[in-house]
Amino acid sequence: MKHSVLIFLMVLALALPARAQDAFTAGLTGLGTSFNQTAEAVDRLGASGDPRALPLLRALADGRLLRQADGALLIRDGAGAIDAMSGARAEAGGAEPVRLNNRVRVALRGALGRLQLLSPDQAERQAAAEAVFRSRSAENVPLLEAALARETVPAIRARMALALAASRLMASDAADKLLGVTALGATASPEARAVLLEFRSANPDIAPQIDEAVVAIDQRLALRRAAETLFQGLSLGSVLLLAALGLAVTFGVMGVINMAHGEFVMLGAYTTFVVQEALRDIPALQPWSLPLAVPAAFLITAACGAAMERGLIRHLYGRPLETLLMTFGVGMMIQQAVRLAFGAQNREIISPSWMQGTLMLPGDIAVTQNRLWILAFSLVVLALTVAAIRFTRFGLEMRAVTQKRAIAASMGIRTGRVDALTFAFGSGIAGIAGVALSQIDNVSPNLGTGYIIDSFLVVVFGGVGSLAGTLVGAFGLGIINKVLEPWAGAVLAKVFVLVAVMLFIQRKPRGLFAQKGRAAEA
Amino acid sequence: MIHRMPITRRAALAGLGSVLAAPAIRPSFAQAAPIRVGVLHSLSGTMAISETALRDTVLMMVEAQNAAGGILGRRLEAVVVDPASNWPLFAEKARELLAVSRVDVTFGCWTSVSRKSVLPVFEELNGLLFYPVQYEGEEESKNIFYTGAAPNQQAIPAVEYLMSADGGEAKRIALLGTDYVYPRTTNRILRAFLNSKGIADADIMEEYTPFGHSDWQGIVSRVKRFAGEGKRTAIVSTINGDANVPFYRELGNQGIKAEDIPSVAFSVGEEELAGIDARPLVGHLAAWNYFMSVDSPANTQFKAMWQSYIKNPRRVTNDPMEATFVGFKMWAQAVAKAGTTAVDPVRTAIIGQKVDAPCGYTLEMHANHHLSKPVMIGEIEANGQFNIVWKTPNAIPAENWSPFIPENANRRRG
Repeated sequence: MKHSVLIFLMVLALALPARAQDAFTAGLTGLGTSFNQTAEAVDRLGASGDPRALPLLRALADGRLLRQADGALLIRDGAGAIDAMSGARAEAGGAEPVRLNNRVRVALRGALGRLQLLSPDQAERQAAAEAVFRSRSAENVPLLEAALARETVPAIRARMALALAASRLMASDAADKLLGVTALGATASPEARAVLLEFRSANPDIAPQIDEAVVAIDQRLALRRAAETLFQGLSLGSVLLLAALGLAVTFGVMGVINMAHGEFVMLGAYTTFVVQEALRDIPALQPWSLPLAVPAAFLITAACGAAMERGLIRHLYGRPLETLLMTFGVGMMIQQAVRLAFGAQNREIISPSWMQGTLMLPGDIAVTQNRLWILAFSLVVLALTVAAIRFTRFGLEMRAVTQKRAIAASMGIRTGRVDALTFAFGSGIAGIAGVALSQIDNVSPNLGTGYIIDSFLVVVFGGVGSLAGTLVGAFGLGIINKVLEPWAGAVLAKVFVLVAVMLFIQRKPRGLFAQKGRAAEA
Repeated sequence: MIHRMPITRRAALAGLGSVLAAPAIRPSFAQAAPIRVGVLHSLSGTMAISETALRDTVLMMVEAQNAAGGILGRRLEAVVVDPASNWPLFAEKARELLAVSRVDVTFGCWTSVSRKSVLPVFEELNGLLFYPVQYEGEEESKNIFYTGAAPNQQAIPAVEYLMSADGGEAKRIALLGTDYVYPRTTNRILRAFLNSKGIADADIMEEYTPFGHSDWQGIVSRVKRFAGEGKRTAIVSTINGDANVPFYRELGNQGIKAEDIPSVAFSVGEEELAGIDARPLVGHLAAWNYFMSVDSPANTQFKAMWQSYIKNPRRVTNDPMEATFVGFKMWAQAVAKAGTTAVDPVRTAIIGQKVDAPCGYTLEMHANHHLSKPVMIGEIEANGQFNIVWKTPNAIPAENWSPFIPENANRRRG
């Protein structure tokens, strides 16, 4: 009798840790077989709260979790691998990475979120709060309450509160649900709005409260949406401004219809590519490839512009039709030359990390980083152009030649040299535009053709010869386009803008800001 | 009187071409005239990103066929023209191929608008065109063989997948496309299909953009808003050409993850992904009938053949390349069977031809000029390849006249 009790106790003693192990081991069943079973295993591991689950799930998310033919799971670290169960080093030969699909990724996000809510790392807690908000389940309520009580960072607290409110909606208790609805209704978050609407169909009894909350969110969102549309318009405007600025100099000031302008933009974009490739072997300079490409693109396209002016255009002054045809032909030649040199395929320009992702402005207005940088950049380029024309000796000579060539010449200004420099200057600005456009458009030989019509449109609409007109014209057209787009569609919006500009030019042939100059007198 | 022979530009070019195209070693052929193979793919303009690889595929097949002794003892000779992504130019170039170069067969076109542009030319001059890209259906020309997918072999299974448990149970669909015939017809079929599955028009968003569109911020934020109505949302993209690059970049920048709003694309393959950083796109989907990641002996062979031809061990293969490969093989088999390259006998001989395709299935040419094809859904991986998450067990025959278009009811009965 005594003997059997002893055996029973021994078995119990052995079984206890074994049982604890079992929750984790049992949780692993099916991981790495079918997508369904993997997703279920991930859910179980997330619910287990076992400390060993976290490194395993992280490895799964990073594609470092391997499964051997016999079902053993390994975590790859560096060159080797460790066994997911024992932590012992193991041989990774013949093991295949466990594959994910979206269903597994959704489960994984929820499970990692649960396990990382109390993580010491701030970024992980933020991501966890976000993940739990999206996976929302009633089981997360106590977990979130505990996490919220400990959390001190306000941004994460706000996110956790949102996640808590969303999880409360899933509770069975009606009072809890209403608490969740009220909390979500107090936010200005489109995600909260989506959660409420999703919840509405399943809970018709509290539909009036939900509708009220949605209306409240909508009111707060209206202003933000208007601000976002405005930003999109400004962003499109900044692209137009960049593309048109060089043309405002060559066409606006000099009166040369340069159909190869778009190709200069394209050359600028390819210069960016070449600079990026040249710096590939110098890691220290790599993050600076984009800023370094700006002067490089300016110099290269300015040189091309100067060559074109001296070689061809100066022989055709006063013959706009011939200039148009000739520059069009040169443009096609540049395009084909680039196609032969770099191939027809698009070239990949790597965006620096500071130009990726979304930036939240005050009031939760989401703007994409690359567009924001380009907007700022376009204004800087405009300011520099204005400064060069207003405050430098070259600018003075340029204005003098534009206003009265004969008098300028009699004052000792070498008008031919000024012509070449002005054209080079305008072409250089086009090259700079190409650097910026390489961040948002495809770097392909026909990059420029997409911008040439828009550039002329902006310059003519703004008033030939006026930089202020170019600025107002670019941003005006950009904003009108983006305001029209939601209800007319991208194709029709563009048609409407073209029709509007045509009607406008009928009434004011010299554009918004009519200017005196060679072109205006012609 | 001295009679001078003028050296025309064309003659000079032809002379130059024949000098360039004469490799040192070549199997000896009888004196018979070579079989001429036309290649009608855009090598410049917005479609060059996709079509250049198809030209190279045809050239590779011609070279391989010549190395294997040609067909009927005759050497093959490729005639390459560049229609430059310019739809009317496609018709002109097609006429040039058929009337001037007198090609026996043509491989070409990517966009449906280019195929529509050349169709009357091929019918008028009784040519033979192999069209290798998935398209909207609603067509059946006696002069065209369609080796890409019809809607029931790509678009509809892909949307069914999005609505399944694995695909995220989408209840709201945003149909985004380039503004031309393929996206508009496909979306018309998809709308009818979605309606038949109980998805109301209010839950379908449809937007079109011009070719080469680069400013996606407005549309992507509208999709985000559309998705914020409390139902699971997915994007179905029929965006074509290089406009895909800024589109995906904008999805990445605006933080749209595949877990939240998955997108499935019908025109984005390995070749298109080669030009962009695929990491933000992981989990987004594409539907095709072939992926480079297919594990089959025929595919291993196909990949090796391509990479050694193009002399780049990292170049990718994609679905339209595979369709070109299959189309070429079927044509070669049909010519061998018919014993002539004349269009009419070849057209009859090709029906029922079978090819062990790189997609891992045996594909057959049916009497409706379409192939039976397997359907595969792949998720974009960080390296620009696709992880095949779903596929049909068998190759399924094409329904080029979609039952979801009401006007086709009579046609199917008749």
